[in-house]
Amino acid sequence: MSVIKLSEKNFDEVINNDKVLVDFYADWCGPCKMQSPIVDNIADEHPEIKVGKLNIDDEMDIAEKYGIVSIPTLLVFKNGQPVGKFVGLTRKEEILGAIE
Amino acid sequence: MYDSVIIGAGPAGISAALYLKRANKNVLVLYHGESQLEKAHLIDNYYGFPGGISGKDLYNNGIKQAQNLGVEVKEEEVINLSFNGPLDFSIKTLNNEYKSKTIIIATGNKKLRPNIKGIVDFEGKGISYCAICDGFFYRKKKVAVIGNSNYALSEAEDLHNVTSDITILTNGESFDLKSEFPVDTRKIVEVGGEEKIQYVLFDDGSKMELNGIFIALGTAGGADFAKKLGVMMNKDSIEVNENMKTNINGIYACGNLTGGLLQVNKAVYEGALAGLDIVKYLKEQEV
Repeated sequence: MSVIKLSEKNFDEVINNDKVLVDFYADWCGPCKMQSPIVDNIADEHPEIKVGKLNIDDEMDIAEKYGIVSIPTLLVFKNGQPVGKFVGLTRKEEILGAIE
Repeated sequence: MYDSVIIGAGPAGISAALYLKRANKNVLVLYHGESQLEKAHLIDNYYGFPGGISGKDLYNNGIKQAQNLGVEVKEEEVINLSFNGPLDFSIKTLNNEYKSKTIIIATGNKKLRPNIKGIVDFEGKGISYCAICDGFFYRKKKVAVIGNSNYALSEAEDLHNVTSDITILTNGESFDLKSEFPVDTRKIVEVGGEEKIQYVLFDDGSKMELNGIFIALGTAGGADFAKKLGVMMNKDSIEVNENMKTNINGIYACGNLTGGLLQVNKAVYEGALAGLDIVKYLKEQEV
């Protein structure tokens, strides 16, 4: 499945699903650029997971709401609730381990 | 534009330089500070030295050997690496900036985390290892940089773009550089807070309240650069494939900072692998 571009408009709707992964990133952050293809790959291989990316430059309020102070940060949601958090470049297996 | 810039002049870096130079590549080796090898009193288990050789001699011989072959070796402190695109890296030192098609990180291993209570617990909650990545979150807030060298100053300068309230905390180490930022040399006992970091507690019992702490210990090492570029790490070690390549095309790592045996022979071997793979990689990119 394709990656969903998240914004204030669709954020709450997207995270309100069974398995959700959100990548908080910025274009100017080196490790975010390396995290991005890993997140894309998860979206491709796991259609059952809703995968979204949130550009913190555009959506700082959401980042603040979830206490993001370091990027990349990945949050795992289950029915709207954050259930897992990874700070810094993280391997695919580790991310999937927290979602499954 | 260099074919390869190697950071670190120990057995891994020099070995890589030898293989690259012999393949007619344009190589620069940068080093700063004392190598772990130099501190070794006697290396008694390395091939070809009956009676052993001092770490210092082995280290200096390596540099001499590379220089004799025509490798440029310069003592310059690297403070930042950046990735501009394929075959285009910038290496910033205190006084210069170099361009290179590839980079080999061979700086030896270094502890990234200071041994202070609370640091690990607040990683991602106000403790950061990358001013350029995370500074954004501390606009007009109070932050500190833990460190006592040019690397700490360089991180503080990066933070200066978003806030003016920056203190350098040396955690009991001396600070000999000129700094436009206030410097506090007291020893730190603990860092803490509730959800996010809120304070630093010093050994005299007083507290400094703040919103963020950036870690920049000693000279910037391979692991510091790796974290900023997005090189995959395994704790403090850089993750490489069988040819010493990291997850970023054109960046290689070899020697002690890839983990495993902390031995000269392993470093020499890994340097050779990295050098040879870069020769192959550059040839593939020529098309």
